[in-house]
Parts: sequence; C-alpha cells; structure tokens
Amino acid sequence: MNRINELFKKKPGKLLSIYFTAGYPGLEDTIPVARALQEAGADMLEIGFPFSDPLADGPVIQHSSEVALKNGMSLRKLFSQLKELREHVRIPVLLMGYLNPVFQYGMENFCASCAECGIDGLILPDLPMTEFETQYQDLFRRHNLSNIFLVTPESREERIRRIDQLSDGFIYALSSSSTTGKQMDSTLQTEKYFEKLQSMNLRNPLMIGFGVNDRESFQKVVSYAHGAIIGSAFIRLLDKEGARPEVIRRFIHSILGSN
Amino acid sequence: MKTENKYGVDERGFYGRFGGAYIPEMLYPNIEELRENYLRIIETPEFRKEFEGLLADYVGRPTPLYLAQRLSEHYGTTIYLKREDLNHTGAHKINNTIGQLLLAEKLGKKRIIAETGAGQHGVATATVCALRGLECVVYMGEVDMQRQAPNVARMKMLGATVVPATCGSKTLKDATNEALRDWINNPVDTHYIIGSVVGPHPYPDMVARFQSVISREIRRQLLEKSGKEVPDQVIACVGGGSNAMGAFYHFLDDESVKLIGVEAGGEGVDTGRSAATTVLGKDGIIHGSRSLLMQTDDGQIIEPHSVSAGLDYPGIGPQHAHLHETGRVQFVNITDQEAMEAGLLLSKLEGIIPAIESSHALAWLKKMEFTGRESIVISLSGRGDKDLQTYIDFFRL
Ligand SMILES: Cc1ncc(COP(=O)(O)O)c(C=O)c1O
Repeated sequence: MNRINELFKKKPGKLLSIYFTAGYPGLEDTIPVARALQEAGADMLEIGFPFSDPLADGPVIQHSSEVALKNGMSLRKLFSQLKELREHVRIPVLLMGYLNPVFQYGMENFCASCAECGIDGLILPDLPMTEFETQYQDLFRRHNLSNIFLVTPESREERIRRIDQLSDGFIYALSSSSTTGKQMDSTLQTEKYFEKLQSMNLRNPLMIGFGVNDRESFQKVVSYAHGAIIGSAFIRLLDKEGARPEVIRRFIHSILGSN
Repeated sequence: MKTENKYGVDERGFYGRFGGAYIPEMLYPNIEELRENYLRIIETPEFRKEFEGLLADYVGRPTPLYLAQRLSEHYGTTIYLKREDLNHTGAHKINNTIGQLLLAEKLGKKRIIAETGAGQHGVATATVCALRGLECVVYMGEVDMQRQAPNVARMKMLGATVVPATCGSKTLKDATNEALRDWINNPVDTHYIIGSVVGPHPYPDMVARFQSVISREIRRQLLEKSGKEVPDQVIACVGGGSNAMGAFYHFLDDESVKLIGVEAGGEGVDTGRSAATTVLGKDGIIHGSRSLLMQTDDGQIIEPHSVSAGLDYPGIGPQHAHLHETGRVQFVNITDQEAMEAGLLLSKLEGIIPAIESSHALAWLKKMEFTGRESIVISLSGRGDKDLQTYIDFFRL
C-alpha cells in the first residue's frame, strides 16, 4: 500500500490529478506549486522532469520543458528540491518523464532517490512493458513505487488486460491517441471507448487524461472513470498568469466547481 | 548470402544491448503493425519483383561500381566508387523510400510522413509519393531548410507539404521529433518513412534490408571487374548510417573485409561543435531505440554540429552502435574542412561533385596508408548539387 492505493480506497470518484513541469516557471517553483495545488484541492500530483526531446508532447509541454532546462532543472536538482516534499505535501505524488534521463541517473539510484523523497509512483511512457516486467518490477516494488501504464483508444483489449495485470496503482487512459495538449474529441467514438474501458471491470482504477481542460470536460470524464488528469491546461495557466497560490486556487476551483 | 546472424537483429529487436522499441503507448499499435508484417510482406516474390522492378526502371539501378582512375593514381592504390549519386533524386535514400512506400501500400496506408536533414530523404519520399499518388508531409528543421533550399523547392514541386521544425536545434533530430508527433496524432492511416537505420525496431532492420542492395551489387560488380570476391575495405559516411549499412550489409560476415564508418567531426571532436557520436556519445535512448547518443550527464541530448546537414545527428543507428562495440566496424571522423577539401579534390580529379556527406568518406583516404595492392570501395552516397551554395561560400568560388 502506498498513498496512491490509499487515495483510491478513501475517495472512489471524481479525483483530480494535476501534471506540472518541475522547475517551471521558475527553478524553485516545484515545491510551492505542489503545495498550492494540494491546498487548492487537487488529489494527486504528477511532477514532470524535463527532457530535451519530448516526442510525445505538444507545444505547451515542449515549451515548459525547454524553460525548465534553461532554468537549470535536472534530476539531481529535482531530487534535492524533493527532499523536503513530505514536510509540505501529504497527497500522492508521481514523477513523470522520458527514460533517457532516468537511464543516465541509473534506474536503481533513481528508484532509491524516489523512495527517499516519498514519491509514490512513476509514469515513464517510453519504458517498454516487457522491460518493466523482466527487469524493473521487483525494484519498483521494493521501493513501494507504482508503475503507471498508458492505454489509448487504439490499444487492443488483450493488451489492456495485460497492462491491468502488471499495474498496481491506476491505469492512465488517454482520451485520444495524440500528443499532449490537444482538444478532447467529443465524438461518439470517444464515448464508446470510455464505455468499453468501464465495462472491462479492470482491477485497477482508471484516470482519464489528455484534453481535459475545464469543468465540462472534467465532469464528462469522471462519469466514466475514477478521476481526471490535467496537464497542458494547467501549464498554460502558469505561463500566462504565473504560479501564485491564488491563481492556482482559482483554477482548481473552476474545475471542481467548489464554493 | 548471410550465413549467420552474428551482427543482425535478434528476435526481440536488439543488436547486442542496442536497439529495441522504447516508445510510448501511442506509437505501440503502429510499430506493432509494422513488426508483425514487415518480413512477411517484403519477402514475398510479388513484393521483391515490384521493388526490384522500380529500382531498375525508375531509380536506374544497378548503379555503377566505377574504378576511379585518377583518384587511384593520386593515392597510389585501387579505388572504386559505388555511384549512389547516380540514382534518381541523387542519393541512396530512394532505395529505402521505394521499399517503404510499397510496404505502406500493402498495409493500406493513405498518407506518408517523413523527416529530412539534407533534404535528400525528403525529396526521395516526395518523389515516390508523387509516383504512387499518396499525400506526403515532410518535416525539416528550419536551419536545414535554409542550407538546403534547392531540396525544399524540389519537394514542393513534387507536391509535398514541407513543415518547418522550429524547436531545439531546428535540424534533423527535431524534424524527427515532429514526424513522430505527427504519427502519434495520425495513428491509423499514416505511414512514417524513416530515412535512416534509426528509430524503434523494426525500422533499423527494415531500412538496412532495403539499402542492402548496395552491397549486393558491389559484390557482383567487383567480381566481374577484378575477379575478387570481396574488397579489402569498404568506406562509408555515417549520419544515422543507412548508406553505410547498405554498403556493409553483405560483407559483415566476411571478417577479412575491413569496414570503416566515417562520422562528421564538425570543427573537431574537442571543440564542442561536432557530430562524432562514437567518440562523444554514451548509451542512451533516442527516437525510440537504445544506441550511442551525444548527451549531458543529466541525459539531455546535445545539439550536434556538422557542415553537412545529413550527418548532423546526435545518434547513430543501433546496429552501428553494436558494430562499433564488437569492433566489426572501425569508426573514424573527419572535420568540416577535410570533407570540403576532399569534395573539391574529387570534382577536379574525376569530374564528380559529391554530396558533402559523401565527401567525409572520401576524406578518409588521405589518412590511410596504402601498399598499392588493395582494393577500396567508397560509398559515394549522393551528388553535390544540393550543396553547391555551401561549396561556393566555403571556397569563395
Ligand atoms: C548523400 C547523403 N549521404 C549520407 C547521408 C546520411 O545518412 P545515412 O547515414 O543514413 O546514410 C545523407 C542524409 O541525408 C545524404 O543525403
């Protein structure tokens, strides 16, 4: 059991997870943004560590990654910031990013550093499933880290089942097969895909992301899944209005419709 | 002709510890579809017949293996040039685009995307799309669009849409990122024609197979011309490594043949402006495969430099990384200056203006020592028309 598993037990629906890039907009904004998100009512956080060549990302996250790298963000710097994470943040926190920086850091060292900082899970989209299974599953388990897999509308059913077997936190369902930051398709096909996922009775909870950007899209996807993930829309806000807590609070409340 | 699979891809898609398919789930169905089908399709007699027919009648193969008399005299040995510059569109790239386009048709794809550096692969892709009536979108770094302007015009004339890649170093690696993003966003009807032996499995193996026609012809032609089964050395430039893989392919198991891959040293490997991956690179993941890669200690990809847009890439194909590690291929590098001079020398001695990429392979001759009895084959991967402006500026012609 880690904080992710506990969260889904405690709160079975309408969860809101927010992705943001470490070291963005300012190098030292990582912890303050995480705190502000928790205080505003986010249930879970995904902290992206930047990569020079983010090939699955659209312009918004490409830009935040570029700025973060220019600010001096690196995995070493991130872990030094995250040392005090658990003094400020109670909710589950995942790290998300491309594999190459992790390989350079060393997978063993990376997992150990995550555990030291109280990280609960990892989203490494270019880590192949078989490599996870044969080389890293035990390592992740030893450090109490959930590995989160993605599924898309193009993923075949037997693959989704296989992913479900290998997962122990939640499954990250993309609303469409696309790079980050696109509008959500509001077609019948998308609804059919959500319904299919819902009817598969997966062991793991489902979080839907990609294209969730306002209250309407949030409410729509949480009617099919345990929660929603917002990334580019939040980064866009930071880009436009900065990372002040009241800006972040207003954004989260606009999604959740609180008060 | 290949007897064993010592240097080829294994059933998991690896060459030693290099290769594989490190891709996000969004690309998985596309790559899986290719992996499941590529061998089945390209090994059918029907496919082979169509492929070889187009290579003969449309591309103009076989390309000559030309005994370069005056160049041989200059260096005091026997030098053959494999004239890939005489292919339709002016480089080896079209061998691969014909193969992949036929494969895409068999898979029912309607739209083709590609990345390009020098523009040769973009032109070769736009050409085959025009030939078969398919929609074509080519991604090209903004910097490369400037230094290879004639090729941009060619692609447009052939009906392709050329989209500038404006992020990062605005060169080949960024164009590749953009092409991969396009494929993620268009997973069903689009095929991505990668231009070199890079990318996730099965691309490196598939592209190598299509380019292997180069060494198949060299073997036959050398035997006819000189009575020798194999040359002593084969030399080719390495960007991603497709002309080199094609020129090496049927010699890999003949360990007596010395194989030399020439990387772009840029302004020199110690200057911070270089693209010599085997010297400056470490194990890493680029564009979906594990290979050698120029990167920082934090795993961020370093922007390479070469005067030649086609060699300006921070990685090499995974099979080359394996051939480097096993010592089967010797990797060397040549500076911008040395390559330009070798290009001028070939022009003056043989009346052939080479692509600056190919000039890197030619420049290695100057660093070798000869007994006079060896036979050397150089892969002359492309012609220099696209590079005229760079030659003019460099030599103030
Ligand atoms: C003429 C020529 N040679 C060589 C290359 C390098 O590619 P590769 O290493 O895949 O042969 C290019 C790439 O654009 C090219 O145009």
